Amino acid sequence: MSSSRQYILDRVRAAKKGGLAKTDSDVARSRLHDHSPNLIPKRGSVDKEARISLFAEEAEKVDASVVRLKHINQVPQEIARFLKAANLQPKIRSTEKLKNLPWSETLLDVETGPVIGSDGVGVTVAFAGVAETGTLVVCSGPGSPTALNFLPLTNVAIVEADKIYGNYEDVFKNLRAQSGKGQAPIDYMPRTLNFITGPSRSADIEQTLLLGAHGPQRLHIIIVDDGLA
Amino acid sequence: MEPTSRAFHDNTREALADATLQAALGKLTRGFPVKRRQAADRLPEFEDLRDQARDIKNHSLANLDFYLQQFEARVSDWGGQVHWAKDSEEACQAILDICRNANAKTVTKSKSMIGEEIAINDFLEKNGIEPIETDLGEYIIQLRKEPPSHIIAPAIHLSKEQVAETFLGAHTDLPADRPLEEPRALLEEAREKLRQKFIAADVGLTGANMLVAETGSNVLVTNEGNADLTYSLPRVHIVIASLEKIVPTLEDAATVLRVLARSATGQEMSVYTTFCSGPKRLEDPDGPEEYHVVLLDNGRTDLLGTEFQEMLRCIRCGACLNHCPVYKSIGGHAYGWVYSGPMGAVLIPGLIGMNEASHLPNASTLCGKCESVCPMRIPLPRMLRAWRKRQFERKQSSPSARLILSLWAWVAKKPMLYRFVNRQIIATLGAIGKKTGRISWLPLAGGWTSKRDFPAPAGKTFMDLYKEHGG
Repeated sequence: MSSSRQYILDRVRAAKKGGLAKTDSDVARSRLHDHSPNLIPKRGSVDKEARISLFAEEAEKVDASVVRLKHINQVPQEIARFLKAANLQPKIRSTEKLKNLPWSETLLDVETGPVIGSDGVGVTVAFAGVAETGTLVVCSGPGSPTALNFLPLTNVAIVEADKIYGNYEDVFKNLRAQSGKGQAPIDYMPRTLNFITGPSRSADIEQTLLLGAHGPQRLHIIIVDDGLA
Repeated sequence: MEPTSRAFHDNTREALADATLQAALGKLTRGFPVKRRQAADRLPEFEDLRDQARDIKNHSLANLDFYLQQFEARVSDWGGQVHWAKDSEEACQAILDICRNANAKTVTKSKSMIGEEIAINDFLEKNGIEPIETDLGEYIIQLRKEPPSHIIAPAIHLSKEQVAETFLGAHTDLPADRPLEEPRALLEEAREKLRQKFIAADVGLTGANMLVAETGSNVLVTNEGNADLTYSLPRVHIVIASLEKIVPTLEDAATVLRVLARSATGQEMSVYTTFCSGPKRLEDPDGPEEYHVVLLDNGRTDLLGTEFQEMLRCIRCGACLNHCPVYKSIGGHAYGWVYSGPMGAVLIPGLIGMNEASHLPNASTLCGKCESVCPMRIPLPRMLRAWRKRQFERKQSSPSARLILSLWAWVAKKPMLYRFVNRQIIATLGAIGKKTGRISWLPLAGGWTSKRDFPAPAGKTFMDLYKEHGG
């Protein structure tokens, strides 16, 4: 394989001499270092309240349901209400991140730990929201198993109002800033960074749009104002 | 798959006579272009974003060696591994070796055009490993042993009745009298079947919509979520990607994403966009323990530095297919390989050679619609013409076409003779079609007149009319 590596790189370099634009590795190097944003659509560049409204509006357009709560402690009641209204079993797979919420005020059966195929409802915490397209951003890590966003048929996702940004670039900026460890990608990139825009869908059979292809059929987004303690 | 592009004419005849296919194509080309237009209109910056996306890819290609090495170094930082593959054989072998090391029996797979290109499924099967396509459309065509007919909607050519028949034949453990009339029932059956496969698989094989040099990440874009179950549940994640997928930074990826879904399905954003970087971390509750990227050339470096280099900007959105009058008429299978439409007609000769694919660059009216909708502004008509020119120069076009072109060129270079010949032809054709304005049969033009009438000319040449009107 190492010979193939050399073969490919040699061919790329040979093509350059034959007319490909001249490499300026300094330009390329500083592009990686600076990671400057390109053109950012104006749509998301609005104040906080308008950003939250735009986020909710865009998410609803792609078939998510959205509610906004003042306090994180209201989350268990809201999930119980949502499941009842959707006629779903009051049984959820949650994460350690939410273990201090007042679950006992509800009749919800709450489990944490590895997600399994029979889980019907997954409750997740998003790293951020993006107003531009009503997109949730989820990072893998402790208390945030990736499969929890995808395996259960219903996904309830919690996002803090302060973490709803206008555009994807602001998410990357905050991702790089939050590590507190360093500036190398290994310090800020999670193993899996998921952008989620609405529930799963497919139009592969006669172009009939159906929700719930492999991922969740329902996506319920809870925006909380006071954040996670 | 073995290309059947040589049989393009026969393939086309079959496609035109296939009523199910024609109905599906009608629906497809009425749907996607309208949705694309709406999405583009909703974003005032769309045209400027196309320019920037083009520039990002041009920059990446101009510095390809640098970015590929950066990407490889970042993947290593994570504890992942990059495997460089010159061609399909090397890529298939690399994937097989990883699967064998993992003692894999089954491999779940999310849709990858590179996977189709190297025919990885056949290769794994031959070597005793079961590959399972998980994208709904790909799953259906895998059961039917067919290639995709559209790069983003692989089973577009099938009716729901055909899908039901396929499932009845494949899922024999289920009651034969179960109702499968509705697409919902079909989707749920596939979901249930594949769920078990996702959980049982030893290796997950995905493609990549992009590779990010800054972070060593692969980007996956799906609507179903199948890619996410493919990489997150098995113990090993393999990414198969061609080398032109590289972009420098996350910000550059964001720009490309803004034009990708809008051009493809008219969505603002596909449902799931994922950045995977290396294997799971120590503290992660789930994710693969091994992460491999198989980086494929397969003829792409041959296109670098040539008039076809710009083709390597392609992000496989399918917009050129959805807007192409030829694709709309014949669908994807007629092109005889895994790619189709204008992008296929340019790329296929570049990858498998003009000898195999000589008809494809000629299967275009050069109307220019493809270039006008391409998010990466790839000059597809110019490249189709470039292939035609090469064919002519290398004497690869048909002898009769060459003879007629040479004759025409000889006459066209002599203005007096040209006008004289033209006047004779126009007068004759004008006389033949005088009554109806149409001509229903012409020697040497049976290809045209067997399907539709030829409009009769006015009987006088432009030059004559110009003189008459005192020009």
